[in-house]
Amino acid sequence: MSYEPLVIAFLCFWCSYSGADLAGMSRMEYPANIRVIKVMCSSRVDPTHVLYALKNGADGVLISGCHPGDCHYVNGNYRTQRRAALLGEMLKQLGIEPERVRVEWVSASEGEKFARIVSDFVEELRKLGPNPLKKESVEV
Amino acid sequence: MEIRVGVYVCHCGTNIAGVVDVEEVARYAATLPGVVVARNIMYTCSDQGQGVIREDIKKYNLNRVVIAACSPKMHESTFRKTLESAGLNPYLLEVANIREQVSWVHFREKEKATEKAKALVRAAVAKARLLEPLEKKIVPVERSVLVIGGGIAGIQAALDLADAGLKVYLVEKSPSLGGHMAQLNKTFPTIDCAACILTPKMVDVAKHPNITLLTYSEVVRVEGYVGNFEVTVLRRARYVNEKLCAGCGACADACPRKVPNEFDVGLSKRKAIYVPFPQAVPLKYTVDPVNCLYMKYGRCKLCVEACPRGAIDFNQKDEEVKIRVGAIIVAVGFKTFDARRVPQLGYGKYKNVITGLELERLSSASGPTGGAILTSSGKKPESVAFIQCVGSRDLKYNGWCCKIGCMATLKQAFLIKEESPETEVYVCYIDMRTAGKGYEEFYRRLRDMGVRFIHGVPSEILEDVDGKLRFKVFDQTVGRLLELRVDMVVLQTGLEPTEDFEKLRKMLNVSLNSEGFFMEAHPKLQPVEASTRGVFFAGCCHSPKDIAETVAQASAAAAKALALLSKGVVEVEPLVASVNPEICSGCEVCVGVCPYKAIRLAEHEGRKRAKVVDALCQGCGACVAACPSNALELKGFTEKQILAQIKALISEVGT
Repeated sequence: MSYEPLVIAFLCFWCSYSGADLAGMSRMEYPANIRVIKVMCSSRVDPTHVLYALKNGADGVLISGCHPGDCHYVNGNYRTQRRAALLGEMLKQLGIEPERVRVEWVSASEGEKFARIVSDFVEELRKLGPNPLKKESVEV
Repeated sequence: MEIRVGVYVCHCGTNIAGVVDVEEVARYAATLPGVVVARNIMYTCSDQGQGVIREDIKKYNLNRVVIAACSPKMHESTFRKTLESAGLNPYLLEVANIREQVSWVHFREKEKATEKAKALVRAAVAKARLLEPLEKKIVPVERSVLVIGGGIAGIQAALDLADAGLKVYLVEKSPSLGGHMAQLNKTFPTIDCAACILTPKMVDVAKHPNITLLTYSEVVRVEGYVGNFEVTVLRRARYVNEKLCAGCGACADACPRKVPNEFDVGLSKRKAIYVPFPQAVPLKYTVDPVNCLYMKYGRCKLCVEACPRGAIDFNQKDEEVKIRVGAIIVAVGFKTFDARRVPQLGYGKYKNVITGLELERLSSASGPTGGAILTSSGKKPESVAFIQCVGSRDLKYNGWCCKIGCMATLKQAFLIKEESPETEVYVCYIDMRTAGKGYEEFYRRLRDMGVRFIHGVPSEILEDVDGKLRFKVFDQTVGRLLELRVDMVVLQTGLEPTEDFEKLRKMLNVSLNSEGFFMEAHPKLQPVEASTRGVFFAGCCHSPKDIAETVAQASAAAAKALALLSKGVVEVEPLVASVNPEICSGCEVCVGVCPYKAIRLAEHEGRKRAKVVDALCQGCGACVAACPSNALELKGFTEKQILAQIKALISEVGT
């Protein structure tokens, strides 16, 4: 069976979740490899959530929030951005490709952008191959 | 207590069931831990569908409900009420979005869509098992509303709210109320005089005891949340004391400086101390600091000498005022497309190529020509061609329809024909769109009056030596290339968002759509509400619309604001952060992270520990992720709940 990447996506409710909904309303297709978890703000996403997802066998993690300057909670997305930068460094040290974690800004009106990001990301993960932690992943 | 989950998989007619095997998903859901009943329902949101859930809650003693249906943005509140009516805490609900984020985007991959739906249901059940009952927060509200924009939309909304007994602050950027409608001569299709229906309303606003009118002012900062917004308004200095100015105009008579008059679209001149138009409200003069000789060079002051009441005060300064409101209505209008962007139409190059708005001023009795439609040489035109959709319905400029151009052209053609029936009038159109009450009848009337309609887009416009304008147009109706020579060309320009939209979007935390207009919470069911609670839209800042539609939407926005504030309190989500003082070390990382200053240090067993002020917390969760000791938790999005979701989404068997 060919490898199908599994993506866990954390979407902020105000911008990116609405953007994903708009993609749906506009019937814009994207790969079914993505599984969404709703959060109110991308800043709720703890780096440990990302590590937990990777450790349990997700091939990629997408964190998506409002555009910089547009956060519904004033500045949550800036915190997301900073944490993601640190997380990237940590992933390198752990021997995990930092490309497996993406932070993107998608507004409520960018359904098309959301669909494009998912398609691109899944394609990139296909090239990267399965998450190396997958075979060691704990029995769930 | 034993967890007993009920799962309901919605068909949404064929919206979901046409792609996702809903029976299979329900069958699968029944095997998940804690699930005691799982069904598929044709329309879960219907009375019947909700009835099934209510009955099951009682029959199976359910204490958690999972609904796999449309986006929670659509019906989460509907289903929370279902739970409540069956005696269950409304926060014991979890929604799996299998329509917007499954069936509608994976419609060609039915198997994968079904698998994904199963995974989302699995995660929803895993989270639902960990949900806790929550009590809604009740917060008091300010029974006052800020209306931004003093055009017909803002005026209507302000009057409706004020009549209903609410306090209204109406903020208008320019020196007078009126907006674009004040520039119009007549309105379609009834040919009512625009000023006769608008100016009394402007006066009503100024006189209304419940309305505070802040003209020549701008909103610069908005803080707070639904029911409790704190707004900072910048009141720009008029350099004229509003209390003393009687609007006599002696100052303007004395002013030596003449500059183009914006209100007449530059077709006439005004002075550097001015009122935008004679019926301005408030009728108070304003010094235009850019053009005033005294402000620029320190010399002149002729107006000061001329004013019989000593109202002119060059020492005035801009000032900031703070107001508290419970809701905000945004009614900031639009700007017209700049026809210079389509150079082949010759606007700005040939004097007799004008815009629809300019024709409106020319035809107005209070306009630069006293109501005579004249060419640049001062003659009555023998022939006029209208060109529709300038800057509209063209992806090179603006993709959208301006919605008012067809009717505006018909009205202006009527005004020309009414005054001189012998004038030839041509209308070059892409489509005639005359959907509205009495609009089609008006169109027919204009055809009967002899206006020639040409179904085609004109080529480049050229000017002949005699000043006549010449262009070619292929008439699709007769299949022939026509060449027209006319005295005047009128470009019906489109409607666009203004630069202010972006500033307001940021201040109000609302969204703009891809065209740049303000985006409503739901295109069908919440057409005047922003996604941010307590913010509403009215008029053309939401999308191009005519006066009748604008007035209807303004009243709708007012009604929504009134409904929100009439009880004096609002319910807000109890999804707030909380601290476990046993784990908290008092490091204060969370204090610095919180954008609402909702976390403070408080005494707990002799030590300083973080404490969340519920009323201020907006539930973003930034503090929770920042806490180095995991002492913070966000209700509805707890650590355990999120981890359970992640695990369930990855695993094949569930947790």
